Amino acid sequence: MSTTAEKPAAPDSEPGAAGRTTAGKSQPGTDRRTGKAGRVRRLTRRDKIVLAVMVGVPTLIQLLLVWLPTLFSIALSFTRWNGLDLKDIKAAGTDNYRYVVQDYPPFWPAIQHNVLWLVFLALIATPLGLLLAVLLDQKIRGSKIYQSIFFTPVMLSLALIGIIWQLFYNRDSGLLNYLLGTAGTPQAVDWFGNSNVNIWAAMVAATWRHAGYVMILYLAGLKGVDPSLREAASIDGANAAQTFFRIVFPAMRPVNIVIVVITIIESLRAFDIVYVINRGTNGLELISALVIQNLVGEGQVIGVGSSLAVILLVISLIPIVFYLIRTFGKESKA
Amino acid sequence: MAANLDPFQSAHNAGPGRRTILKTLGISAAGLAGIPLLAACTGGSGPAPGASSSSLTFGSGSSDDVPKAAYKAVTDAFTKKSGITVATNVVPHNDFQNKINSYLQGSPDDAFTWFAGYRMQYYAGKGLLAPVDDVWATIGSNFSDAMKKASTGPDGKMYLVPNYNYPWGFFYRKSFWAEKGYAVPKTFDELKTLAAKMKTDGIIPIGFADKDGWPAMGTFDYINMRLNGYQFHIDLTAHKESWDQKKVSDVFDTWKALLPFQDPNALGQTWQDAAKALEAKKTGMYLLGSFVTQQFTDPAVLADIDFFPFPEIAVEGTDAVEAPIDGLLLSKKGGDNKAAHDFLAFMGSAEGQNAYSAVDTSNIATVKGADTSKFTPLNKKCADTIANAKYISQFLDRDALPAMANNVMIPALQSFIKDGTVDVKNLEAQAKTLYAAQ
Repeated sequence: MSTTAEKPAAPDSEPGAAGRTTAGKSQPGTDRRTGKAGRVRRLTRRDKIVLAVMVGVPTLIQLLLVWLPTLFSIALSFTRWNGLDLKDIKAAGTDNYRYVVQDYPPFWPAIQHNVLWLVFLALIATPLGLLLAVLLDQKIRGSKIYQSIFFTPVMLSLALIGIIWQLFYNRDSGLLNYLLGTAGTPQAVDWFGNSNVNIWAAMVAATWRHAGYVMILYLAGLKGVDPSLREAASIDGANAAQTFFRIVFPAMRPVNIVIVVITIIESLRAFDIVYVINRGTNGLELISALVIQNLVGEGQVIGVGSSLAVILLVISLIPIVFYLIRTFGKESKA
Repeated sequence: MAANLDPFQSAHNAGPGRRTILKTLGISAAGLAGIPLLAACTGGSGPAPGASSSSLTFGSGSSDDVPKAAYKAVTDAFTKKSGITVATNVVPHNDFQNKINSYLQGSPDDAFTWFAGYRMQYYAGKGLLAPVDDVWATIGSNFSDAMKKASTGPDGKMYLVPNYNYPWGFFYRKSFWAEKGYAVPKTFDELKTLAAKMKTDGIIPIGFADKDGWPAMGTFDYINMRLNGYQFHIDLTAHKESWDQKKVSDVFDTWKALLPFQDPNALGQTWQDAAKALEAKKTGMYLLGSFVTQQFTDPAVLADIDFFPFPEIAVEGTDAVEAPIDGLLLSKKGGDNKAAHDFLAFMGSAEGQNAYSAVDTSNIATVKGADTSKFTPLNKKCADTIANAKYISQFLDRDALPAMANNVMIPALQSFIKDGTVDVKNLEAQAKTLYAAQ
């Protein structure tokens, strides 16, 4: 993902040392491409068949696993079905959507929570990851160790993170209540059970992971910024903050775009952690959790679940389309 | 790919090398694509003929330690008796229940643990279960008429072999109550008075846990049956009665008087947590099924536990008891396996149920002539309560459409616990859509 984002953005960056190096890097790439095209013409019929199979199989898998289910979901969202016998499918028009929007109480809280999740990740978790990256990019001792520590949560599944944080948040024996001195008293806050606070508790736990992810991406981005840019800035008399915000941060534009997309996608995908806590009920409703509740569980209502999934799909498409337009728009310009 | 090419290039000339690679890749790609197909074949039809009469597979959702060991005792006893081997697949019970739709349509085990009520009737009606009338021909005399009725599918055929059931009631510690001078309440008003007294004594009167969503249904069911009667409960859960009526809102109004006495931390704890609170004398009583006693591993505590039925409110006294039946079913596939039929017949015998209840003493065997010699006074009381009940309900999430219970009632009850309000009009609107989809 980062490589495709880097390439198109390269011609866009300021003409300077950085631009020259990336341009130099992309040169062999284009060479290779013309070389390949030349060879393709010389392929025998058998090679073409083999290649067709190699392209065809992934396409088929993509079609089978991504496009058909998507289309089926959209179709099913306009039906009533108990999920058992194909004969039982009945057309329902837009009833499922009306049900979700008007009659299904967890729906609007779920939308709110997803938005809150996005805002929290965008305003707190992502800047925190950037801060960590900037700090660890300085030549401090043990930087590698800190990097590993902050990156470890990214390697854990959110489900496991939910369990780990349970140790912090537990009402009677959790670390947090112990530190607050409320453990075992009636004032003890039930961090996962109280619907006023549990969404915040869950978001803090998700931040712990998201910040590490963002940190690694920005560390890579910072390493890619040409040091001579900083040198030039310091010669021109810019202080550290100016250098970062005016020079380094804009120079990391390709990484920034990736981070924006990741943050949006993470906030829409957020699911595991609330599912581990209480299966996404009682203040932790998220659209993804509602989709699972209605599609997978014993309480399967295919039509309603599908319409929830379609709503989630439509919302997800917005940032994806935005991202694709930016990436491919630049590529064609280049 | 480029890296792979190099060694070949050094050995042969470039042309054949590349082709060989492409060919190999093509073949392996085709091979990979074929694997799922092959797997699907073996998964679907393979085991059936293989597992003819000397073995069967058994899917168990009884994943807690005690019931798990108990079912192991049953399968061991069965293998010892018949020489048929049983391969047990234990799945965490929430997962087992949540995945039942895909489980039954995929490649289910021959026999599996399940429940009576709408939850069994529904899958029987959809043809996903195998009838076991032949088994009932031999074990029929072991069961009461109520059990037989609860095991019958919508087509009149027998599907379930009951193993045990367990009554729901208020559990409490005898010594604690004696020490504080509390008396068992007979009516709802007495219950409220007692709870108020406990509150002034500084304990949480009624233990309560609803993190998992379903335990609160017990309170709803009992108040509903005590206010409106057993038949109304059945009609309401089958959606023959509307949720948008005074009878239903009365249930919530009555419950509201009890809410201040129920554990305010209910939404953050599981029933296991609440059981521990009862053991620690932090709560005065706890409305749950008798499986709560599985949590009391200390024999002294277990001997100190007693229960009383939900007090009477308006109608039928305390005639109706919530006593869900758990038992075994055969999947459609298991219907072809003679060994699976034998296994169910064994479960329906006193011998099989004794093997189970020797390990899991928190439940009551359903078979007549089961060994009661090891019954504790509490077991005996549970058994008598069920035997003397005029009506046995199965619990809201077993009597109602699963989607209604899980997707509608869990959020509704949780928000009721939070703020004491519920929108019965909305409940009916949701019920209408969901029942229409079935």
